[in-house]
Amino acid sequence: MGDMVSLSGNFLYLAFVLYLVATFFFGGTIKDKRSQGTKSLASRIAISLTILGFLSQVGYFITRWIASAHAPVSNLFEFMTFFGMMLVLAFIIIYFIYRLNMLGLFTLPVALLVIAYASVFPTEISPLVPSLKSHWLYIHVTTVSLGEAILAISFAAGLIYLIKQVDQSKKSKRTTWLEIVIYGLISTLGFVLISSIFSSLDYKATFEFPFDEQITEVEYNLPAIAGPHEGELLTEDRMSSVFEVPSWMKGVNAAKKFNTLLWSLVTGLAMYLILRLLLRKRIAAAIQPLLQKANSELLDEISYRAVAIGFPVFTLGGLIFAAIWAQEAWDRYWGWDPKEVWALITWFFYAVFLHLRLSKGWHGEKSAWLAVIGFAIIMFNLIAVNLVIAGLHSYA
Amino acid sequence: MRKLTCDACGHVNPQGTSICSECGKPLQIDSNDIESNKSLLNMRYDGSAVRSKTHNKSIVDKIWNFFSSVKIGVTLIVITLIASAVGTILPQEMYIPPNVQPADHYKDEYGIFGQIYYQLGFHNLYSSWWYMILIALIGISIFIVSIDRGVPLYRALTNQKPTRHESFLKRQKLFSETDFVSQDDQENIIFSLKKHRYKVREENGHILAEKGRFSRWGPYVNHLGLIIFLFGSLLRFIPFMHIDDFVWIREGDTVVIPKTDGEYYVKNENFILETYDEEDERFSEAIKNKGMVASNYQTDVVIYKSTGTQLIGQDPDLAEIKQGSIRVNHPIKFDGYALYQSSYQQNEFSSISFKIHKAEDKDEKALANFTVDLTKPQSLYELENGYRVEIDQYFPEYFLDEGVPRSKSKYPRNPAFVFFVYPPNQGEPEISFAGIGRNVSSGEGNEYKVGLTGFEMRDVTGLSVKRDYTLPILGLGAAIFMIGVIQGMYWQHRRIWLHPKGNGLMIAAHTNKNWYGLKNEFAKIIADTEINMVIDQEQEDD
Ligand code: HEM
Repeated sequence: MGDMVSLSGNFLYLAFVLYLVATFFFGGTIKDKRSQGTKSLASRIAISLTILGFLSQVGYFITRWIASAHAPVSNLFEFMTFFGMMLVLAFIIIYFIYRLNMLGLFTLPVALLVIAYASVFPTEISPLVPSLKSHWLYIHVTTVSLGEAILAISFAAGLIYLIKQVDQSKKSKRTTWLEIVIYGLISTLGFVLISSIFSSLDYKATFEFPFDEQITEVEYNLPAIAGPHEGELLTEDRMSSVFEVPSWMKGVNAAKKFNTLLWSLVTGLAMYLILRLLLRKRIAAAIQPLLQKANSELLDEISYRAVAIGFPVFTLGGLIFAAIWAQEAWDRYWGWDPKEVWALITWFFYAVFLHLRLSKGWHGEKSAWLAVIGFAIIMFNLIAVNLVIAGLHSYA
Repeated sequence: MRKLTCDACGHVNPQGTSICSECGKPLQIDSNDIESNKSLLNMRYDGSAVRSKTHNKSIVDKIWNFFSSVKIGVTLIVITLIASAVGTILPQEMYIPPNVQPADHYKDEYGIFGQIYYQLGFHNLYSSWWYMILIALIGISIFIVSIDRGVPLYRALTNQKPTRHESFLKRQKLFSETDFVSQDDQENIIFSLKKHRYKVREENGHILAEKGRFSRWGPYVNHLGLIIFLFGSLLRFIPFMHIDDFVWIREGDTVVIPKTDGEYYVKNENFILETYDEEDERFSEAIKNKGMVASNYQTDVVIYKSTGTQLIGQDPDLAEIKQGSIRVNHPIKFDGYALYQSSYQQNEFSSISFKIHKAEDKDEKALANFTVDLTKPQSLYELENGYRVEIDQYFPEYFLDEGVPRSKSKYPRNPAFVFFVYPPNQGEPEISFAGIGRNVSSGEGNEYKVGLTGFEMRDVTGLSVKRDYTLPILGLGAAIFMIGVIQGMYWQHRRIWLHPKGNGLMIAAHTNKNWYGLKNEFAKIIADTEINMVIDQEQEDD
């Protein structure tokens, strides 16, 4: 059994490396003189590596399923890696419709980031609690993440569109927002880096704090900028917290999660500023010249098409299957819990996207901004609802 | 009402029409439009008149136009979206601990912000009147817009004429003109169109090739699904349509299932709680980190139906109709009802046995024994050797509330008693207190003491009782929605017009989405011919 687990880990690792190498080959196609040359050697290698990587990740998924005897979509690590895998699948599908290499250059790094992000969380196989023991769990989780992944392709295409189209000759609201989006992506990288650095240093600091009328302990794996409310550091030679989180941050791990968020933002900011200093211009302005050959109309089309394809899948997985499962597991198909509400918000949002596009003629840049906001909502539901809102709600 | 007479074919079109439905010539209504002569045609509903764009007199028109505006529809959705997000900032009332006052809870936990949140009623946002009105307005909007646009769409789609006016083709987004097309190529292109599954119709040499028309109905089908779904949710307000209750059952007990008018009974044969094995190497690491993890909650039950009429005070005649186990994710279903494993209480006391002995007796030799059945405690127990015991007070879940003994609940989780002990032939009782672990605390100077000799425990299961006649309607609405959304999103309505001109051919193509796909397909269709590729006239403008 242990063999199976390590085999599965190796498959995932291999997939990660293949995606990384594929990204470089997709990068190579940009310089390719034969513009949209999907027939070029570089692009053929790139898409082949991507498919190999995907197959390797499918290998990870199957072996882990065998090892744990349940579909590996039951904790944050498993769910996020699965989401990464679906991102790659969605990319492969869209690639074979539109053959746009540049999309790979932007989508694969996002998938890499998602998988790296996932690996920071506990990777051990955990037993399924009774409420998760249902085929509807698998059906729901797999379709919802496929749907969200396809919608994320819309973001990738929209982002390329914006970097290409937004006027970088002078500072404007649009350039600022574009930098904020890029900073957001860099912060995710910051999170992965800072977590890996301190985990390789084996950093541990334990705090004691009152929780639920008891004294509880929490172990920090990053130096505490924000400590628990009324917390006390127990470990010696460790940095004490700079400030304490306010009392309304509920949940045993709320302060720890908030601290991690702070670290990610700070590390991201540092990385962003260094990049800015090196490039001496806005990041988007630095990328822009590389995208001159991209066909804006095609990017706009892909961004819309991805929503058209992803919206039904998301509705099916995120609302209908979710409701069927909730009815079987908790005897109510809808309970207004924050995760459910944010799925509804996502759905409303993409409905708005489609109507504005179809009936109000929101094409091009407006539509691309909407694709970016849509992705932000999806990421908020995947990550921040657990991190921020759950903190307020004292569960998880 | 003003009618519009086409100056090319003389057909009289209703007001609001922008493209003649007979010959396809753009109708110029005022001088502004003449300027835009060269610009592309707005092909929405093929230029048919839309009610909300032509009627604006009566109050009914105004209301109609309000709801059929996509701008209003989108605004309503955006407001609902924002409101929904606000409802997730703090927990809704149903998620706060049950034993607290909401007003205090929000203030104590979240300070002034929590207080305002509570005052504004956001703690019950999703069942507030204004949230429901928002949803209802969206429903009305969908209903009206579907009629408003559905009628012209129907008119447009059922009136597809192969012959279109020259200016109709010229002002399409995709257009090409080939000066000379050979007879072979004429045949080739038609053959090729058919091969690409186009339905080809001809009228005096004019050709219309069309496919995927049904996809245009997608939005209307999905909106219909939404309306059915909302209607189903509305039905939940009728009490008959939906039952939602809860029942605690002790092991071995048979109880009536609430809200079934005494028709159904359920017996709890056994409650089972299983946990994962720590030794299981798959999970040992996770269990070490997180502690014990439950693997199964299960109640084995028998469902009975009462037969015949039942006399008051008499047990009903019960006929077994189903036997089975209820687990989380696996409710038991019968006659439209469903029972769900929803809660449990382990190790509740079912009976406790006591003895009476002399207070000084070191050996505590029993003078009399009695057992209190906690499901039906008697008020008086006549015992051997002439002893009698009366229950003065019974605390099922005993605790000391600032020195005063009280019970937290009516469930025997920590039972304690105040007994009156009557020794043989004595009229005056001694007062004795007894409970689990505190059988020593008899009154001062008592001659007798009541001591614990044993107890029996059992589990209690909490089942929720559901019956929901709206589910099939909701399911139907969801299914129709999915069919509609797939129909509209995964297929496209593509049309290609061929218009003979001299020895040549004018070609225009239109789709409601996926222009890229249409262009690619067109390139394939003309691949073996000398016919010119269509030009994207919109891109040219840029
Ligand atoms: C949450 C609720 C809604 C959902 C999920 C929804 C969904 C959709 C979808 C998927 C389409 C097809 C879009 C496309 O082909 O790109 C559509 C079209 C449309 N929707 Fe909605 N809709 C909703 C509410 C509304 C409302 C409130 C209005 C009212 C103004 C409206 C008016 C329209 C119109 C006019 C069309 C175009 C129909 C056509 O092509 O003939 N929708 N809707």
